[in-house]
Amino acid sequence: MGLKALDYETLNENVKKVQYAVRGELYLRASELQKEGKKIIFTNVGNPHALGQKPLTFPRQVVALCQAPFLLDDPNVGLLFPADAIARAKHYLSLTSGGLGAYSDSRGIPGVRKEVAEFIERRDGYPSDPELIFLTDGASKGVMQILNCIIRGEGDGILVPVPQYPLYSATISLLGGSLVPYYLEETANWGLDVNNLRESVAQARFKGITVRAMVIINPGNPTGQCLSEANLREIINFCYQENLVLLGDEVYQQNIYQDERPFISARKVLMDMGPPISKEVQLVSFHTVSKGYWGECGQRGGYFEMTNLPPQTVDEIYKIASIALSPNVPAQIFMGLMVNPLKPGDISYEQFVRESQGILESLRRRARIMTDGFNSCKNVVCNFTEGAMYSFPQIRLPPKAMEAAKQAGKVPDVFYCLKLLEATGISTVPGSGFGQKEGVFHLRTTILPAEEDMPAIMSSFKKFNDEFMDQYEDNWNHSRM
Amino acid sequence: MRRFVIGSARSLIERSRQNYQFQRPLLSSSYRLLSSTPAVDSPSSSSSTMAPPVALNTINPKVIECEYAVRGEIVTLAQKLQEEINTKPDAHPFEEILYCNIGNPQSLGQHPITFFREVLALCDHPTILDKSETQGLFSADSIERAWKILDQIPGRATGAYSHSQGIKGLRDTIAAGIEARDGFPADPNDIFLTDGASPAVHMMMQLLIRSEKDGILCPIPQYPLYSASIALHGGTLVPYYLDEATGWGLEVSQLKKQLETSRSMGITVRALVVINPGNPTGQVLAEENQKAIVEFCKQEGLVLLADEVYQENVYVPEKKFHSFKKVSRSMGYGEKDLSLVSFQSVSKGYYGECGKRGGYMEVTGFGADVREQIYKVASVNLCSNISGQILASLVMSPPKVGDESYESYSAERDGILSSLARRAKTLEDAFNKLEGVTCNKAEGAMYLFPRIDLPEKAIKAAEAEKKAPDAYYCQRLLTATGIVVVPGSGFGQVPGTWHFRCTILPQEEKIPAIVTRLTDFHKSFMDEFRG
Repeated sequence: MGLKALDYETLNENVKKVQYAVRGELYLRASELQKEGKKIIFTNVGNPHALGQKPLTFPRQVVALCQAPFLLDDPNVGLLFPADAIARAKHYLSLTSGGLGAYSDSRGIPGVRKEVAEFIERRDGYPSDPELIFLTDGASKGVMQILNCIIRGEGDGILVPVPQYPLYSATISLLGGSLVPYYLEETANWGLDVNNLRESVAQARFKGITVRAMVIINPGNPTGQCLSEANLREIINFCYQENLVLLGDEVYQQNIYQDERPFISARKVLMDMGPPISKEVQLVSFHTVSKGYWGECGQRGGYFEMTNLPPQTVDEIYKIASIALSPNVPAQIFMGLMVNPLKPGDISYEQFVRESQGILESLRRRARIMTDGFNSCKNVVCNFTEGAMYSFPQIRLPPKAMEAAKQAGKVPDVFYCLKLLEATGISTVPGSGFGQKEGVFHLRTTILPAEEDMPAIMSSFKKFNDEFMDQYEDNWNHSRM
Repeated sequence: MRRFVIGSARSLIERSRQNYQFQRPLLSSSYRLLSSTPAVDSPSSSSSTMAPPVALNTINPKVIECEYAVRGEIVTLAQKLQEEINTKPDAHPFEEILYCNIGNPQSLGQHPITFFREVLALCDHPTILDKSETQGLFSADSIERAWKILDQIPGRATGAYSHSQGIKGLRDTIAAGIEARDGFPADPNDIFLTDGASPAVHMMMQLLIRSEKDGILCPIPQYPLYSASIALHGGTLVPYYLDEATGWGLEVSQLKKQLETSRSMGITVRALVVINPGNPTGQVLAEENQKAIVEFCKQEGLVLLADEVYQENVYVPEKKFHSFKKVSRSMGYGEKDLSLVSFQSVSKGYYGECGKRGGYMEVTGFGADVREQIYKVASVNLCSNISGQILASLVMSPPKVGDESYESYSAERDGILSSLARRAKTLEDAFNKLEGVTCNKAEGAMYLFPRIDLPEKAIKAAEAEKKAPDAYYCQRLLTATGIVVVPGSGFGQVPGTWHFRCTILPQEEKIPAIVTRLTDFHKSFMDEFRG
């Protein structure tokens, strides 16, 4: 009998360590139940189109024309496509190296990167260099590329917020690095306290870890908080003092649901702080077409912008990008369209604004509906979703429930979420998938279900939760007697 | 709202400290390019006394180590020359740069397959499917196929993340296509759709490589994705040499020899990479050869990584593509006998859709626990791009006889393939006429890999410029003619031999001019350096 080529035992250990709860146990169970015919509401991942959000019309028109350029030669194309979509398609086709089917420059189409730089300049008021902007197959790939550059071994630590989006923990595991957690303060609306940062770094260094980088997710995922300008200044100062590269995950920058803290990019604050800090602190900023009001997750389009990285390092990052040849071209066009939107006077402008505003205003309403809905439930406390796409309520599980979870061999929030799923079809992600303080439990859901479905979903949740709490609290009372 | 009382920060840090068992880092000799920072940083040191966190001497040394010549130095020079021509058209003795370095057909004028683009456009903008005008602009079967595909996508939402292996209905189509091709069944659950074949290769290297003690057998010459990926993942490339004298033949005896040598050096060889048809070498394996390879992997407990992205590019009537899946099944080997990963892509063939980043791997012969891990790694990236997934399903299930688009589709396909075959022959003949150059036939794929006997004088000139001799030749060729090819050292070659890789992709009408320019350059180069 031949030897077994690849057994579980002989797998790369780092792969085994990886966890990614967003598509883990709960999602797999939900998929099973769906196959059995149960109606499932997937709120496990920020995937707007899967929950009924419609794609914006204009970008789809443009990309369809780019896919099938023979349409542009057809005299009847104007019957189906407006003139500005046709013009835009020609514009983007002219920027490619031979249409959508040719590998582009490994960093992305130069013309699109220029549009991204112009967007950044308009947004922040400081010039941006297209040569330092790389387009990627989704922001996640960009994060992986940069972390791969930084992490040499387990001696290298990356500061990551807790709770965090588990791309970071998973990638750090895969690359064999060390995650250095800094805790966000739930009672202070998931605020970031620099003292927490200092303690985390000190502890890591005591263990012999070289802390190399700090991740901020702004607006936060799963927590939704928007960082204030003062906060960003503190963070940048901290990175300057501690010699850390700042990784700014800003994929939700268009998802802001309150007016007290509008989005400010890390780059803008860095530049505002002037030299020497503005010239020395290293920063990589990430963005995507998957979120905002575009929600084009399936395209896999993103970029990262590098600030203050030495040219030789940029060359090395370029080299690694070139092994993957190029990011997918259709998504690059989506990115161009996103950063270079329609203007008043364009034929499609009004429809575009109507569609965009519609989505954003509804998200804002849904953020409120969900927060209030959770806060009306027994033993549930929920911070307001200031931004991003999620709600992260804290579920205060009675001791009897935790006991039952233990009996079932499950972490308490996994136990709760499985029961929630089985009772209501609502598929969430347990807080343990994101990290939380020990003994405190949460779940993450999205604010993405259609607005008209929200009341029913929230009341379904409340019914389940309150019955669950009654069941496990009553038992406890009984045992007391 | 009830107030939540938290523990003090100190106790939280205590708890988090208990979760991590750390040792002090290993001695600095294990990090080849360690920064100048000491192992334990003092918190208040200013940045001016330390190397910045992301500088050349502080980044991951594996990043520094890995190389990818296809888009390397020669291309950078080509781009520079291109810019010079753009500003000053007579800056150089040629009007345009001819990129023969990369398998990127549509950048050199190859047209996409109309039917595929019709379906993709409709899936990108499904709103128009309901409009009557669409009937006049699109073929009826492309409309039908678009509907079929959209019905396989939950909510018809082409902008949503899909299942991490790819949309189920599309995997069903691909599995059916594999079965139609091979005559043996394929399971849609074995298919992982990826952003091109390259990410799938990376995924497998990630799973297989635990340390530099893990080796992967790779052909020399090879497509440098493999060497780069192995370097990035910290493994060891175990070379096996293809035999140029026998048309780049793959001898199992050579595999055995290399396997034994590496084992004796303490390397655990985990997998065998076979590229069929070959890149850069273009050979198509004979079925008997493939059987011997399958047998070898089975006996030695190696995972067979079958890069089959050029499966539709076969130019000689005496050879046919046989997938390794088919070959192993025809030998009676199933899931329990052989671990096989087969890679396919939308970038090559006659469709050449490089920019779409579509591809898949078919994974057979692994236990459920391993497959779970593969799924898990795939899920961290959520999914591959949907348009690429759709295209992969179209490539594996193109129009059939009787379909409205079949005739135009097959005319386009055959036109491209026959043109590729002609260009392969024309360039092969041209290379073989050059002094000191021999070129094996390109039986398949998209490249020619001629060998040049460089005169001693040329080799010395190269050394004087601190360049590999083949890189020197390629640079001289570029600056004289504008033709960009990749030096053989980028792919690996028997030491002391020199090659370059040239694609067969420039449009047919440009080929005569390329041949002339190349021939003239080569003559004058040899005149300059002949001994």
